[in-house]
Amino acid sequence: MYAFDIERPTRLTDAVKLLSDATDSQPLGGGQTLIPALKARLAAPERLVCLSAVDEIKGICTADDGALCIGGGTCHADVAAGAGAYPALASLAANIGDPAVRNRGTIGGSLANNDPSSCYPAAVLGSGATVVTTNRKIAADDFFEGMFTTSLEEGEIITEVRFPVPEKANYQKFEQPASRFALVGVFVAKYADGVRVAVTGASEDGVFRWSEAEAALSSDFSAGAVEGLSLSGDGMISDMHGSGDYRAHLVGVLTRRAVAAAG
Amino acid sequence: MPKDGGIGASTKRREDVRFLTGTGNYTDDINLRGQAYVHFLRSDMAHGRLNTVDTSAAEGMPGVIRIFTGADFEGIGGLPCGWQVTDRHGEVMQEPGHPVLAQGKVRHVGDPIAAVVAETREQARDAAEAIELDIEELSAVVDMKAALKDGAPKVHDDLTSNLCYDWGFVEENKPAVDEAFKSAAHVTTLELVNNRLVANPMEPRVAVGDFNRSTGDHTLYTTSQNPHVIRLLMGAFVLGIPEHKLRVVAPDVGGGFGSKIFHYAEEAFCTFAAKALNRPVKWTCSRSEAFMTDAHGRDHVTKVELALDADNNFTALRTDTHANMGAYLSTFAPSVPTWLHGTLMAGNYKTPLIYVNVKAVFTNTVPVDAYRGAGRPEATYQLERVIDKAARELGVDPIALRRQNFITEFPYATPVAVEYDTGDYHATMDKLEEIADFKGFDARRKESEAKGRLRGLGINCYIEACGIAPSNLVGQLGARAGLYESATVRVNATGGLVVMTGSHSHGQGHETSFAQVVAEMIGIDADQVEIVHGDTANTPMGMGTYGSRSIAVGGSAMVRATEKIINKAKKIAAHLMEASEADIELKDGQFSVAGTDKSVAWGDVTLAAYVPHNYPLEDIEPGLEETAFYDPSNFTYPSGAYACEVEVDPDTGKVTIERFAAADDFGNIINPMIVSGQVHGGIGQGIGQALLEACVYDENGQLQSGSYMDYAMPRADDVPFYQVDHSCQTPCTHNPLGVKGCGEAGAIGSPPSVVNAVIDALQSGGKNVTHIDMPLSPSRVWQAMQG
Repeated sequence: MYAFDIERPTRLTDAVKLLSDATDSQPLGGGQTLIPALKARLAAPERLVCLSAVDEIKGICTADDGALCIGGGTCHADVAAGAGAYPALASLAANIGDPAVRNRGTIGGSLANNDPSSCYPAAVLGSGATVVTTNRKIAADDFFEGMFTTSLEEGEIITEVRFPVPEKANYQKFEQPASRFALVGVFVAKYADGVRVAVTGASEDGVFRWSEAEAALSSDFSAGAVEGLSLSGDGMISDMHGSGDYRAHLVGVLTRRAVAAAG
Repeated sequence: MPKDGGIGASTKRREDVRFLTGTGNYTDDINLRGQAYVHFLRSDMAHGRLNTVDTSAAEGMPGVIRIFTGADFEGIGGLPCGWQVTDRHGEVMQEPGHPVLAQGKVRHVGDPIAAVVAETREQARDAAEAIELDIEELSAVVDMKAALKDGAPKVHDDLTSNLCYDWGFVEENKPAVDEAFKSAAHVTTLELVNNRLVANPMEPRVAVGDFNRSTGDHTLYTTSQNPHVIRLLMGAFVLGIPEHKLRVVAPDVGGGFGSKIFHYAEEAFCTFAAKALNRPVKWTCSRSEAFMTDAHGRDHVTKVELALDADNNFTALRTDTHANMGAYLSTFAPSVPTWLHGTLMAGNYKTPLIYVNVKAVFTNTVPVDAYRGAGRPEATYQLERVIDKAARELGVDPIALRRQNFITEFPYATPVAVEYDTGDYHATMDKLEEIADFKGFDARRKESEAKGRLRGLGINCYIEACGIAPSNLVGQLGARAGLYESATVRVNATGGLVVMTGSHSHGQGHETSFAQVVAEMIGIDADQVEIVHGDTANTPMGMGTYGSRSIAVGGSAMVRATEKIINKAKKIAAHLMEASEADIELKDGQFSVAGTDKSVAWGDVTLAAYVPHNYPLEDIEPGLEETAFYDPSNFTYPSGAYACEVEVDPDTGKVTIERFAAADDFGNIINPMIVSGQVHGGIGQGIGQALLEACVYDENGQLQSGSYMDYAMPRADDVPFYQVDHSCQTPCTHNPLGVKGCGEAGAIGSPPSVVNAVIDALQSGGKNVTHIDMPLSPSRVWQAMQG
């Protein structure tokens, strides 16, 4: 890696200040993407602002409206252990990477990176969650803007993610054999006002909602309701691990399985 | 003597104490005073003309000591190839030069262009980024058949084409083989790919070069499976250093699987630069660098045809293989698709007529060489897949078809120039049927079907050849080295022994199993025996460890040296007891005179050898140290039968291995636990090849699977608990231990059964799928099911 400075503030306001001064700075969450990129010399920030000591953005609680609120600096293992109120979300977190990844990587870091194959974007979009930052509240539908792209602005830190807890939900991940990221992942959540279906891993545009399936499931929440639906392979990721058509096919399979598993 | 230290005991591995407690001494643990670090600037282009390498800006960077380019190695030898194949027309293979640093052209992604030596690793890397390159990109050849077409870009301008050799074996058999196909009642044809693999040992390669200006001695510390071979190749052919001024040390080595047999440019560079700079120079390979510099494995494209008569007897076998050599000839690359592959095409079967054609091809990819099994997995895969396909076409039981064609009489001379000494293929198949519980398969299939899964059972047999030998024969076949092994047994005055072996342990557990053999022979505790290996300064010239040769060849040398020790010790004991040497017996560490109660202990004799007060000095010399070199008269031929049960998810194509059973015949066994471990690891690698691993290049020669994000290594949950059995034992007839070798069997024997099982599962689900190329990834299996 190239040489860089590192700051490890303990207060959010200090982190924001550091990120907004004249030095070229990059926030560091759990480092599960950024550190390998630094080691490969693919990133060269002048300074890292490490968020791991900012305790005020860690932890899990329930809001007055019943939403499950997860601090942006909460690691996956803590979500797996502490999000019992939202079992599908806890289970998703429990199956990200391996124990080392789960004890370092954070939900805020994962969402800010928006890897097209990562799991959390599916949960956030599939739950219609709200991403709370140092500047504002962003609805999930406005947050994801394509592969590795979000509506976050420079220096903006994810402090919390608020998940409305659904009646039923399930996440099905079909693993890419090497990385074990999602070759395709489908998150299905049933709320009183309708069903949301979010797909990760498949599209060249990153996580997306499968509106056709949402409509079908909103009127009949059963695997059979999406039996005849299919997506086109056009615009799907095609690589050595699977064609666009294969990914499109998996979206259908995993959606049915998620509905069945959600009960 | 207590069985827990002798032959046949599952003694725990003594070396594991240091490996598991972090106190091993690996090459990267070696840091010499004043050491500098080298970073190699490598080509990111698969093929290009190297116009200029401008190091002027980089030379002024902080910490830079010196930057070397190909020009610094003009007039210095290139990396040698250790095997020369003669083609079917009697011509020797085309053998291109392989400079230490690229000269004139770059020929694969990862080809080293410049070497920056600096005070720190990061400084070296920083400076490498400041080197300005002018490289004219040339069209790359990646596909082997395209590389052989007229007008294809040439990897080496000075060669006539990209064809290294066109080998026919046995060439004289060809007309008879062709004739047999014309008159066959049935012919089964299969085209398949044996996928390119990256060895991926846990420890990446490391080299530390050192030079002592006061003595003129060079030392290279390196991650090698065969330090003496590196000393000979690098000393004699690259750098011109006589062996007595060059020491090569391969300390604890964290796995090799073949990839650390070969002599690599980085070893020569560090040795060369240490003298040029009068400082130790260290290189530690990163994992990313390993993907594009360690020799790859396999990469064969084959058409195989099996002819049968009306009674389903195999009458002839014909194969046509393209074997990828990559951009340069790695040390033993030419031997792998030829003598380690063609000679195994008879398998376990009495097919009377066999013809093997292999075209070895240069491409703009990383060199390909031996990887666990080396040629034998490729042979086994073709044979056991085409037999399975034939059984399906003929509607006969695949086990019955194999049994019907088994070789049953030994010794057996195959039509492909080797003679199997022993084996009992029915016995291993019987054992397999028992441990794999074939009877329960139908019930298990029904259970799977109830879950919506397809279940398949695949089996295969294998035979392999270990301990490649004898030297005079392999010399005729093109080897530029001998293939003996050596051992020096040094007995100390107080009775302990040190065995200095030319074999090298990089995970095999020699320190434990070799000690068991010597302990058993003398009748002492194994902890009185120390095994020393890996340093040319204190071991006799040996050829190292690969090809499952260590116990069969290295162990035999050790037995011979120990026999010499025992013979001399008996002379001393006879003197001490005033008896005739012919009457001396050695049992449980005691020498006794037959028919009397007279005895002396092992320790009394060893003390007398070094304190020769009462000693037959007129007849024998003091001391107790003997060396033996052992050159086997033949290969050994382990064999076995493997069974795999899979479930296939028809919705996604995902394959899971539900059961795996292996019945092997390794002859006599020294340490059953270590043997099981070797088989487990081998099967894991075989399953990796069959289901997961794929080294993929795009059409421009860019490595697509250059990290673990895309190259799928098998993990613990990809493999089941195995049933392994090695109770079928037909001892080797021509080595003193009756052992055969077990290191590669699992990797050789497992891929066909996995693929056969998946085909069986798909056919049980009504899918007309007859073949899928490895790795059988979910997407490939799903695609095949779509028809």
